[in-house]
Amino acid sequence: MPTTAFLTDATICIGCKACEVACKEWNEVPEDGYVWSGLSYDNTQSLGASTWRHVLFLEQPLAAGPQVADTSDPFRWVFLSDVCKHCANAGCLEACPTGSIVRTEFGGVFVQKDICNGCGYCVVSCPFGVIDKRYHDDGRAFKCTFCYDRQKVGLMPACATACPTQSIQFGEVGELKQRGKNRVAELKARGYGDARLYDPTETSVGGIHAISVILGEPEAYNLPPMPEVPTSYLKSAWTSAFVSAAILMAVVLAAFAMRP
Amino acid sequence: MTTDSKAKPKATEQRLEEIRESARRVAPPPPPEIAVKTATGAASAAETGYYGLPLLKPPTWTWEVPLYVFLGGIAGTSACIAFAALAFQAPTNLIRFALWMGLIGAAICPALLISDLGRPERFLNMLRVFKWRSPMSMGSWTLVGFSGSVFLAVVAIELVVRGYTQPAIVTILWLAQITAALTGLLLASYTGVLIGATAIPVWHQHRTLLPAHFLTSGLGGAVGILELAGFLIPATQILGFATSGVETVIEIYLTVRKGVADKPLHHGVSGGTLRVAGMLEGPVALLIRAVWHAEPWGRYAAAICFLLGALMSRYAWIWAGRESSHDTGTLFQLQRGERHA
Repeated sequence: MPTTAFLTDATICIGCKACEVACKEWNEVPEDGYVWSGLSYDNTQSLGASTWRHVLFLEQPLAAGPQVADTSDPFRWVFLSDVCKHCANAGCLEACPTGSIVRTEFGGVFVQKDICNGCGYCVVSCPFGVIDKRYHDDGRAFKCTFCYDRQKVGLMPACATACPTQSIQFGEVGELKQRGKNRVAELKARGYGDARLYDPTETSVGGIHAISVILGEPEAYNLPPMPEVPTSYLKSAWTSAFVSAAILMAVVLAAFAMRP
Repeated sequence: MTTDSKAKPKATEQRLEEIRESARRVAPPPPPEIAVKTATGAASAAETGYYGLPLLKPPTWTWEVPLYVFLGGIAGTSACIAFAALAFQAPTNLIRFALWMGLIGAAICPALLISDLGRPERFLNMLRVFKWRSPMSMGSWTLVGFSGSVFLAVVAIELVVRGYTQPAIVTILWLAQITAALTGLLLASYTGVLIGATAIPVWHQHRTLLPAHFLTSGLGGAVGILELAGFLIPATQILGFATSGVETVIEIYLTVRKGVADKPLHHGVSGGTLRVAGMLEGPVALLIRAVWHAEPWGRYAAAICFLLGALMSRYAWIWAGRESSHDTGTLFQLQRGERHA
């Protein structure tokens, strides 16, 4: 089976949220509250247990890039549909103590909801802040399934299917990475000097299966510039535990060996 | 693989098509409640992130988990004390008491962990797989191993004190106590590894300190309970000095160190609690023990201070993790390679 991926292009996203709607309807994800956040047109604010696609609305005082028409100040308005990154080395998958989170044959990271017992360890182990627990009604952890059910029968994920501008593209990971690089080169040639591909391969995460073409710094999109998979901290933490444990046992034995 | 993902008659391909077409055709009218902000400031910038919203998710753990870390530390290290007491022929009632402490801890700990689960009825799924790379999995198995061995040790010691000193029973006592001590050391330290190996900056930045701190703090707590129970022997005095001494060093280290992720260790509710906790476990307990070392009440007071500090410290560290998860600016600083404030 080929490893599949998303390539989401911020420069052609129109912020329509069809991906959010399609994802909710297809996956029967509960609503996440009807609240105006006041943060541009973004009312879901972040990815979470019940928000598997999240359209960001960036407002920046920059003259480069798509501008809002009715203001004289420089005002760049950028949209990006964010999603679980389906990391090559996935923090949630490594942390999961029940084996509920698995790697699918398409390279995606999938939570088996009949196994998850809601321990919450995946939540603090995701360097992208994606997976979360549904607190009150359910108690289990949820995130994007990469439409595993659709992929199994040869269909595109619901979000990519519903995207009216092909801002969300779906395909084989290597091919999409190349397409992303070409797109960035094309954008730069057209004068978008700060266009870049978000694909942190130089970290312990080892690459992601949901890459994005963005304008400007990844931080402005709440995308971590150097995400690390928490298992990379295990060696030093366990070393400390074993060394301290050995010293502690020696001290306790010594304390009882001393005779008054 | 179990999947839950059988294609159900839910949204159809036609429906997805409809969503796409309506998104393409209908430009939604801007709701009057939302005014498009004019470009007065950077609503999304490299320094503050996306509208200053948290990038990471906060820990989901409730009050049970810090209490578990506290009790697990005491239970685990009391098995170490029991083993040392056995090895150097300390009074049997001390071995018995320490083993019972371990067993009672081993009985309370799973209850706390299970009640924290989102789906408590599925707690046995923790033993569905054995995963070296998941400290939560290793911890679950450690707790099982510890509970089993400390239970066996308690049964054996209760038989021994009733005069059943056959070689087989004594052998079982020794083996069970060795296993309980080894798994106890893991039980008291893995929690530090567990929170140290997460994406939360204040935790992973202190991943080498946390296991050492939790172990020391656990041992000091176990010693404190033994002293309060009347075991005012030289061994508990020595260990009382050792643990409050190490905690003093840790307190000084945390005060002096100015790590970029350390804000929640110094400010707010978590920082305040941690300072008081560190003082109680460290300098206060040490000073009381040093000045009134000959007085029983001095040792009781030192023990109470240490126990209180150890308990508060566990809550403070979990709260600090929650604060740290909200601090996206610090996360970016760390990822750009800035380690010190």
